[in-house]
Amino acid sequence: MALNFTPKNRNSRILAVGAYRPSRIIPNSDIVDRIESSDEWIRERSGIESRRFAGPDESVISMSEAACRQALERSGISMADVDAVIVATITYPFQTPSAATELIALLGNPKAAAFDISAACAGFCYGVGMASDLIRSGSANYVLVVGVEKLSDFTDPEDRGTAFIFADGAGAVIIGPSESAGIGPTIWGSDATNRDAILMTPSWIDLKNPESLGWPDISMQGQTVFRWAVYQMAPIGLQALAAAGLTPETLDAFIPHQANMRIIDSMAKSMKLPDTVAIARDVRVSGNTSAASVPIAMDSLLAERPDLHGKTALIIGFGAGLVYAAQAIELPAASSNK
Amino acid sequence: MSLSPDAVLAGLKEIVEEVAGIPAASIELGKNFTDDLDVDSLSMVEVVVAAEERFGVKIPDDKVTELATVGDAVNFIVNAAK
Repeated sequence: MALNFTPKNRNSRILAVGAYRPSRIIPNSDIVDRIESSDEWIRERSGIESRRFAGPDESVISMSEAACRQALERSGISMADVDAVIVATITYPFQTPSAATELIALLGNPKAAAFDISAACAGFCYGVGMASDLIRSGSANYVLVVGVEKLSDFTDPEDRGTAFIFADGAGAVIIGPSESAGIGPTIWGSDATNRDAILMTPSWIDLKNPESLGWPDISMQGQTVFRWAVYQMAPIGLQALAAAGLTPETLDAFIPHQANMRIIDSMAKSMKLPDTVAIARDVRVSGNTSAASVPIAMDSLLAERPDLHGKTALIIGFGAGLVYAAQAIELPAASSNK
Repeated sequence: MSLSPDAVLAGLKEIVEEVAGIPAASIELGKNFTDDLDVDSLSMVEVVVAAEERFGVKIPDDKVTELATVGDAVNFIVNAAK
């Protein structure tokens, strides 16, 4: 006998966003000595003036919980009504069980579907795409998507290529069903031929060897990543806009992964975004928080520009893998994002 | 397609001026991109991508670091276009 059911085939949207920024503000002056650099050098190459590092009492889970509670409160949705929780992270320090299951227990709904995804700086946008499709198909009604990193645990403070870039934080969105379209199709994919461009080494297994190379840190080939991000990701952003029936001229905001100000500015130039598009530049005070950067930047942009509530935005994540994902979205409405 | 060194130098001058804001008149074959022209590593990527488009050549990432001077870049592009 054939299966007999009707797919929901409904729309989805982001109902609210929440963010958690660790309390420790780290200016460039606290970084420069160990990488023989200067405040000016860091600003010129990254646009970063300061970043946040989590303290010992701020974990991947505690930061996620705070971001989720803010998103839930702003959405008016009860955690009891959340069917699934997706956590995008590469810095939860346990292989299993997942960060998501630890999080749902703390949030008070230990029965929700819960899992982590490993897509580095693209992880949040991967999660948004999955959540949207879960809702559209009817597998879930409300989904929490969390992007969270404590990169300071996996960064070599003496690495001139990463020490001034990586930072900590968490962001979360609650996604639910919608009468009108609020999340466009996901344009996503990989370029595994550049798998070496961003790497964590050595592996956990290598740590068993007493002659190990040391603690696993994330390293990056800056020029390769810059070239890929600026020249390969701009067309992906334009594809995501076109898939949702938008153009750069009809777009209100651009919220890319906060990798580096130079990448953000060059992408915007390459996409020929008009001056009317608001561009999230949260990297200046938050650094690069990998999976957390898009929702944190979204929260910051809405705080600076409340008129953007309910307006269109292009979100795009790209990073280690190399992997990427992009969507055109409508930002959460003003009434829900207080 | 073969390119003359003079044509490549003229094109590179325009690109470096556009990308890094360096006056074309100060861009000479012997100038070092980093030390003399203050073109940093990320701007160098922009120069390389613009040069690839303009001259129809491929400049792989692992070759970019070998292009220390304007002359190195001109030679690479002229040879790559042969």
